[in-house]
Amino acid sequence: MSSIAITNGTLVDGSGTRRADLVIQNGVIAEVGEKLDGDTVIDADGLVVTPGFVDIQVDFREPGGEEAETIQTGSRGAALGGFTAVVVMPNTTPTIDSAAVVRQIHDLSLDALCEVLPSAAITVGREGETLSPMAELVRSGVRMFTDDGDGVQDARVMRTALEYARGLSHLADGFEIVLAQHCEVDSLSADGAMHEGDWSSRLGMPGQPAEAEELMISRDIALARLTGGRVHFQHVTTARGVDLIRAAKAEGLKVTAEATPHHFCLDHSAVASFDTAFKVNPPLRTADDVEAIKAGLLDGTLDAIATDHAPHTRQDKERPFLDAPPGMLGVETAFAIANTELGAGISKLVELLSINPARIAGIDDRHGGPIKTGSPANLALIDLDQEWTITGAAMASRSTNTPFEGRAVRGKVRHTIWNGDLVVTDGEATR
Amino acid sequence: MRRSGARHLLSMADLDRADIEQILNLTESFAEVGERSIPKVPALRGKTIAWLFYEDSTRTRLSFETAAKRLSADTMNFSVSSSSVNKGESLRDTVETIAAMGIDGVVVRHRAAGAPRQVAQWTDAAVINAGDGWHQHPTQGLLDLYTATRHLGDLDGKHVAIVGDSKHSRVARSNAIGFATLGARVTLVGPPTLFPPSLEGWPVEVTHDLDAVVDDLDICYLLRMQLERQKQAVVPTLREYHHEYGLTSARADRLGADALIMHPGPMNRGVEIAGEVADRPNAVITEQVANGVSVRMAVLFLLLGAGLEPVDGAVAGGGLAVA
Repeated sequence: MSSIAITNGTLVDGSGTRRADLVIQNGVIAEVGEKLDGDTVIDADGLVVTPGFVDIQVDFREPGGEEAETIQTGSRGAALGGFTAVVVMPNTTPTIDSAAVVRQIHDLSLDALCEVLPSAAITVGREGETLSPMAELVRSGVRMFTDDGDGVQDARVMRTALEYARGLSHLADGFEIVLAQHCEVDSLSADGAMHEGDWSSRLGMPGQPAEAEELMISRDIALARLTGGRVHFQHVTTARGVDLIRAAKAEGLKVTAEATPHHFCLDHSAVASFDTAFKVNPPLRTADDVEAIKAGLLDGTLDAIATDHAPHTRQDKERPFLDAPPGMLGVETAFAIANTELGAGISKLVELLSINPARIAGIDDRHGGPIKTGSPANLALIDLDQEWTITGAAMASRSTNTPFEGRAVRGKVRHTIWNGDLVVTDGEATR
Repeated sequence: MRRSGARHLLSMADLDRADIEQILNLTESFAEVGERSIPKVPALRGKTIAWLFYEDSTRTRLSFETAAKRLSADTMNFSVSSSSVNKGESLRDTVETIAAMGIDGVVVRHRAAGAPRQVAQWTDAAVINAGDGWHQHPTQGLLDLYTATRHLGDLDGKHVAIVGDSKHSRVARSNAIGFATLGARVTLVGPPTLFPPSLEGWPVEVTHDLDAVVDDLDICYLLRMQLERQKQAVVPTLREYHHEYGLTSARADRLGADALIMHPGPMNRGVEIAGEVADRPNAVITEQVANGVSVRMAVLFLLLGAGLEPVDGAVAGGGLAVA
C-alpha cells in the first residue's frame, strides 16, 4: 500500500506542540521524524496537524429521514469539518434500540467518510419506560446510551438504567458504559419554542426556562451519586448548569459534559427575526449563559464540544417558528466557530474536539491521538488563519439549516485523514 | 407605513408616534365615509387583497372585509381552518401559491407568533398582521388608540390599566406599546401566572392589586379570559378570578366619570367584566368594533393606495404625507 508523507507541519496533540514530519502507511502512523518522504507528499507548511476530531452528538437521519441527511452526506460534512469519528444519535426510524438496527447503521456506514458509531436508546422507542436490551447493544458495539431529545423523565427509570449499565463493563473491554442525557424537565419546558426570558416575553413565544435544564442536571447528578454510574450531560446551555457540573466533578462523581458551538456563540435575541434557523433544542439562551458556557469549556468543567448536528429539510424549516422542528447544522462549521469565538488556543481546541470526546465515547484507542508511531492515522490538517464565509448551500449536507449563514470565520480544515486515507484534500471531499 | 416607508404592518413596535398619529388622522376621514348613505369610496379599486386566516376569526375577519369593501378593493379568501391545513405544506409554499395569483396585500392571522413576518419575506405584497399567536395584533391596538383618543383627546399622562392575561395576549402586547408610544402611563394588572415571564424593556408598571389602581384610571382595558386557563391551573377558579381581577360593579363605580371601559371582545360577562358593567355608558366596547372598520380602511389605504386620494378628493386629516 502506498504511503503518505506529511511534511513541514506543526503537530498538536495531548503531549504538546512540535514541528515534525510523519509518514502514514497501512492505516497507521508509520514514522514521525524529520525530512520524511512518501508516495504522496502533503506539504503542511503553515498548517497544524491534529488528531481527527470526534463529534459525540450528531443526527445523520438515516434510517428514516434521508431527505434531510444520510450517513454518506453527513459523514462527508463531518470529514470536511475535520472529524474522523462521530456518534450518531438513536432518534432514527426505527429507533436504534436493538442490535439489528445497530447492524443496519454499520451497513449504511460502509461508504462513510469517517467512523460512524451508533449510540443506542436507553429505553425502547425512546419512550422513557422500558429499558432497551442494553447488554445485547453493548455486545454489538454500543458504548453510549441516550434517549436523545427526549431525556429520560422518570427518575426511577434513569436510576435503573444507570445501575444496570454499571454491570456491562465486562462486555466492553472494561469501559464504563455512559448514559448521555438531554437535560430538560419536560413538564416545565413542554410546548416551549425558545428560551423563556425577556425575548420570549416580547415575542409572545412559549418558553423553556433555564430551570428545566438545571433541575434535570441536578437530578442526574444525584442519581450518579446514588448509583455510581456514568452520566454525560449533552449540550449544556445554562450558567447554573455549568456550576452544578463543576461542583459534581469536584465531588468526584463520574460526570462529563459537552457544549455546542451555537450555544457558545449565539443568544436568544437571534429569535427576534423569527428565522427558524435559530430554533434549536435546548434553545439559545442569554448572553450571560453564552459567556458561562465559554468559561466552562475553557476551565474544563465542560469536557467537549459536540455539534448536535441536526439537519432539516427546507420545507420543514419553512414553517412558522412554533411549528418548525428544532435543530441546526454543525459538523462543517464547528472548528471554525470554536477557533473564531472561543478564545482558546489550538491545544485546548484539540482537547475539546478530539481528545476528550474520544475518551467519553470509548474510542480513545484509535481517536484523539497521540500522534505517534503505531497510532491509527486519524488526523486533521488545519489552516488556523484562513478566513472564509459560512454558507449553507455550499455544505455537503443535504440540508442548509445553518444558524451561521453569512458569518465570516477563521480557520479551515484543509485535509482530513481517516484510517490512513485522505478523505478530504485541499478542502474537498475525495468521495 | 407610508410616512416611514414601511411596506407592512406587522407590530405596534414598528410604529413611532408620528406613524400612529398619521393613521389615526386618516381613520377620522374614513369614519366619515362610514356614515354616508353609500359608505363606499373607490380608493382601492383594482387592488386585490387576500385573507390568509390560519386561525378562526369572525370579528377581525368581518371588520377587514368591510373595510376592504368600503374601499372598493377585490378580495380573495384563503381561509384555512386548522383542520383543513395540509400539515405537509410549508408556510412558504402556501404564500407563494397565493402570491402567484396576483395580490397587492395579504392579511394574515396565525396561531403562531411571527408567521406574518415570515410571510413578508416570501411575497412582494403588503402584509398586514391580523393577529399572530400571543405576539401582536396591531390593528386592534390602533382601533383601541383611536377609540381612546376620540373620548379623551391627547393620551399624554393618561393612566391605562390592562387587566388580565397579558401572558397569552397579543392585544396586551400591542396595546402596552401603543398606549405608551402615545404618552400614556400603562399598568399591567393580573395574577403573576398570567404575566409574561419577563417584563424587561416593557414600558409598563405592574400590580397584582386592581383595587390599588382603579380609582386613578382613565382607561380600564379588560383582556378576555381564556376559559381553558382554569384547566391549565394558572388560576384556581374563574369565580376567584372575577373576584380579584374582574371589573365588578363595585369597582366600576370607583372609576372616574370620564374613565373608559374597553374590551377587545368577545367578552366573558361575569368573568373579566360584570354583565351590567359592559352595558354602562362609559363602556365603549361596541364603539371599538365600529372604529375597527375605519382603522383598517386607513391601514389598507396607507399600505396599498400609493398615489391615490384617500376620500373622494377630500384631503384627509392634516399631517398625511402622501408620497
